[in-house]
Amino acid sequence: MATDYRKITHDGLWGNNPALVQLLGLCPLLAVTGSVVNAIGLGVASTLVLMGSNLTVSAFRKFVPDSVRLPIFVMIIASFVTAIELLMKAFTYELYLILGIFIPLIVTNCAIMGRADAFACKNPVKASLLDGLMMGLGFTAVLVLLGAMREALGLGMIFSDMHLLFGPIAENWKIILVEDYPGFLFAILPPGAFVGMGLIIALKNIIDARIQARKAERETGPSPRRERVRVTG
Amino acid sequence: MALIRTSSPHLHKAVNATDVMRLVVLATLPGLAAMTFFFGWGTLINVIWACLLAVVFEAIVVKMRKRPLGFYLKDYSAVVTALLLGLALPPFLPWWVTMVGVFVAIVIAKHLYGGLGQNPFNPAMVAYALLLISFPVSMTSWTMPFLMVEDGQSWHVMGFVDTFKLIFSGIEPAMIDSYSGATPLDAMRHRGGQTTEEVWANAPVLAQGMGAWHAVSAAYFMGGIFLIYRKVLTIHTPLAILATLGLIAAVFYAIDPYQFADPFFHLTAGATMLGAFFIATDPVTSATSNKGKVVYGIGIGLLIFVIRDWGGYPDAVAFAVLLMNLSAPFIDQYTQPRSYGHAKAKRGMKGGA
Repeated sequence: MATDYRKITHDGLWGNNPALVQLLGLCPLLAVTGSVVNAIGLGVASTLVLMGSNLTVSAFRKFVPDSVRLPIFVMIIASFVTAIELLMKAFTYELYLILGIFIPLIVTNCAIMGRADAFACKNPVKASLLDGLMMGLGFTAVLVLLGAMREALGLGMIFSDMHLLFGPIAENWKIILVEDYPGFLFAILPPGAFVGMGLIIALKNIIDARIQARKAERETGPSPRRERVRVTG
Repeated sequence: MALIRTSSPHLHKAVNATDVMRLVVLATLPGLAAMTFFFGWGTLINVIWACLLAVVFEAIVVKMRKRPLGFYLKDYSAVVTALLLGLALPPFLPWWVTMVGVFVAIVIAKHLYGGLGQNPFNPAMVAYALLLISFPVSMTSWTMPFLMVEDGQSWHVMGFVDTFKLIFSGIEPAMIDSYSGATPLDAMRHRGGQTTEEVWANAPVLAQGMGAWHAVSAAYFMGGIFLIYRKVLTIHTPLAILATLGLIAAVFYAIDPYQFADPFFHLTAGATMLGAFFIATDPVTSATSNKGKVVYGIGIGLLIFVIRDWGGYPDAVAFAVLLMNLSAPFIDQYTQPRSYGHAKAKRGMKGGA
């Protein structure tokens, strides 16, 4: 089977985006996207775990008995999550405290399990690694977009507290969009995440529909003007 | 001999949404007048501002959805939503908070779900709940009724110009503190360890200002009776809400009068009357059959009491109505009436064990 790397990339980032199309991993997605820095933190952690688990699952795919594959995948994923958790504790301790339970909960992120079962255990190592990276980037992109939306609406600024992730050079990355913003608590609270997520999915569907329509038009030429035939006298 | 000039007396004029909505607008006028009389110009300004915004948002969304503009604007439904929201909001609410509320009501709660007749939740209450959790400070500071300002010595509500400035530019006139205060429900909820009797004596809004709330509730009650008389709504939902709330409040008041408020207080404070007659009865979001409406109303009555006494927010009508909106389809499934010619009603899920 020839591996189509372009297709893998497109699927991960857009066509089969874990957050927007498969709707997997919504729990952390909705819970921690109150700000951009949280979103990037969780996104990077999830991407690293996804790449690691896809790589390992794919490498061992010939030795894993089918009947016990899920527990084995969970073990693999859990070890990567533990490693990431320890890394975050060591290097970005404050962010680790903010993200809290959602770092260990990456183990239960269905997007990771889903990719292990649907892709990595059937495909060669290189393709699986790329799939993990692209799915992770697609997930991270949605996280960051949602985080930026909620932070901008909720607090009137974006990129606040970026130093938690990028160190002291990021101290003044904060962009205040509106001075004296009164704050819109709804956007920060979980209901705001649901509404924001719904809007992003709707936007993706609109864009897809437009692309489809344009493609159809290119293939068949502009659609002829429809005229209603008068059937009554 | 005078001839009988009417023909076909059994024929009624077809009921359409426009007429119903117009009657609802008419029925809220006594309540609006009472609010304006006792709490100042704020409510009137809020309502007009909300209605303006609602028509604008409605027009934009209808245009975006490529629907006939005139047809949808003519049915007054956007105006009714804005009117109910405006009546529920505190009188001195800043203009942009009202704007956010109307946007959420019309665009998100109504049109994103498919427009009039398709919305599972009451749009005005979605907006109210959203504003309450987003802007707790501005949403819980109410206006003092004029009865109690300066001990009712003189006509003393804030003037029109001052109110207008306060809402639209945030300029607070002198002595703003003498105009703003808690609602009776707020005072009752955050009592700080006092018994109910002590709260009544010590909280100024209860000791002196309760009359204004009684009057407003009476005005809504009158409007509601008018709607029932004109057959815009049936008596089931409001009666079930008020009876349940009164009954459960009476039971708890009988058990522990030191900790719970009397049933009459529950029926006349806050948005009980507005909710029972105008908000819960929305035909789109409530249960359909008469039996279903009774169940739906009982649920709202119970939830109002539970949330008021043990919940995090002092008033509960919005949350109670939204929660029962959510269960209305489920109620409908189990209260479907028997249709003529069938021995038994088809109820519950089809198939199954």
